[in-house]
Amino acid sequence: MAETLTAAEALTVPADREPLIAKVRWSVTSWRLTAAMWTRAQMSYRTSFVLTSLGNLLITSLDFAVLVLMFRHTDRLGGWTLPEIGLLYGTSGFALGAADLLVGSVDSLGQRIRSGDLDVLLLRPAPALALVCAERFALRRLGRPVQSLLVLGWSMQALALAWTLPRLLLLAGMLVCGTVIFSALFVGGATLQFWWGEAKEFQNSFTYGGATLLHYPPSVFAKELVAGVTFGLPLAFVNWLPTLRLLHRPDPLGLPTAFQYASPLAAALCVLAAGFAWRAGLRAYRSTGS
Amino acid sequence: MAGSAGLYLAIARGSFRRYSTYRAATVAGAFTNTVFGFILAAGFLALWRTRPHLGGYDTGQAVTYIWVSQALLVAVAAWGGGFQDDLQERFRNGDIAIDLQRPVDFLGWWLAGDLGRAGFQLLTRGAVPLTVGVLACHARLPHSLLTWPVFLLSVLLSLLVSFGLRFLISISSFWLLDSEGLRALMVVVSMFMSGMLLPLTLFPQGLRQLAQALPWAALIQAPCDVFLERGSRVPGELGAQLLWAVVLFAAGRAAQALAVRKVVVQGG
Repeated sequence: MAETLTAAEALTVPADREPLIAKVRWSVTSWRLTAAMWTRAQMSYRTSFVLTSLGNLLITSLDFAVLVLMFRHTDRLGGWTLPEIGLLYGTSGFALGAADLLVGSVDSLGQRIRSGDLDVLLLRPAPALALVCAERFALRRLGRPVQSLLVLGWSMQALALAWTLPRLLLLAGMLVCGTVIFSALFVGGATLQFWWGEAKEFQNSFTYGGATLLHYPPSVFAKELVAGVTFGLPLAFVNWLPTLRLLHRPDPLGLPTAFQYASPLAAALCVLAAGFAWRAGLRAYRSTGS
Repeated sequence: MAGSAGLYLAIARGSFRRYSTYRAATVAGAFTNTVFGFILAAGFLALWRTRPHLGGYDTGQAVTYIWVSQALLVAVAAWGGGFQDDLQERFRNGDIAIDLQRPVDFLGWWLAGDLGRAGFQLLTRGAVPLTVGVLACHARLPHSLLTWPVFLLSVLLSLLVSFGLRFLISISSFWLLDSEGLRALMVVVSMFMSGMLLPLTLFPQGLRQLAQALPWAALIQAPCDVFLERGSRVPGELGAQLLWAVVLFAAGRAAQALAVRKVVVQGG
């Protein structure tokens, strides 16, 4: 707990000596108010909102539809069954989707820097990161986490697995830590745009690309890649490693069991790194003057 | 006639140049397409390892299918976009009224621009992933030299079909005021029915026939099959591409004629 709080502190630029709790609460409130404003704004085109939400739900379902179609031709992919892969799909989709809903707007940072909008946000009496994350908040992004949870629910009952309390805790931990890891990737990736204004697409390769990677079991990929997303970008902690524990499957890298429980630590480190990157980015920021 | 051809060429060239100014973004995009190529190819490989020759593709063809489809994704705008973004903005701020009064054909103007954009993206976000796929993943290049011009023709037709579909959606803004929702639904159909995510031959019977009969198959499935030299399928697929291009253009023209009579200008 202490670790997460320090990390949260790193996210706000400490201009004064307010107590930490108050600062975090202020960030959350700023985020909530901005998000609520954008939600109201989008509701003025109600038909479009309903259609885009529906479209979002469907488009995120396509990935799973493809997996289902693949399993019409085989009963195992990389040695894993469809319900087992459903577990991977549900957890990675939820983590990405929830992170995208909460902080996904941060990826338009480069656009804000170019247009000078960021200056406006920095002048407001609220934490800039909270504002950048909530600007253009889009409730329609709820589609992905909802759809992922549906798949997760299906695979949980399709697996012949007793859902004991420790297993449920591991699963819940996966959803929370996964969301935190992807959120940190969104924020950390977006800070690249302080230096490289057009890095937005680059970031997609490890957020959306990462989630797609995690839909498949690690056995499908080369060992070097699996090692890369364990020790480099810690995507393996989103769902691969804890799922190996849940399903009693051997780890292709042969890592100690402790790794399969280490997602909270990985998530905390990610937040810390993203926080430092954000502060460094803000410090390097020079307004375009427009 | 020659004068207007020169004009459209100038529009296309301008659009090509406009996209080529975003160099860093293009590099980032090509990188992303390549990363997705690696991930999806690994998934396909796992499937074809258990079922070689699935859907009439051998393992090499299946992996190549992924790299070719990634190479086409942005150029044929399977996600939508391209001129749609600009056009939508013009609906929102009322500039659309100016467009309709230009002494240039409305549809032709946007088509030329979109072809310029697609040309640039084919050369960058198309060539990069395909080259990486060939070098690093044993993607299969066409065995016959003659396949290349046929492939380019098929890509051109898929660009025309893609434009035709997106034009109809955009122009629906004349009636709907905001085509965002329709566009979102169209992305779903387009991604699935174009064969972008999975070759259509892997679909279950009824769905496969439906997908093959719809215009979206012209976007990805047809050029991929040409590239993979799936001989017997090629003439039929090229024919269908051409047919859809003609039908969609006729529909676009008709919609444009109706729209001009009905103009509702927003804002201003």
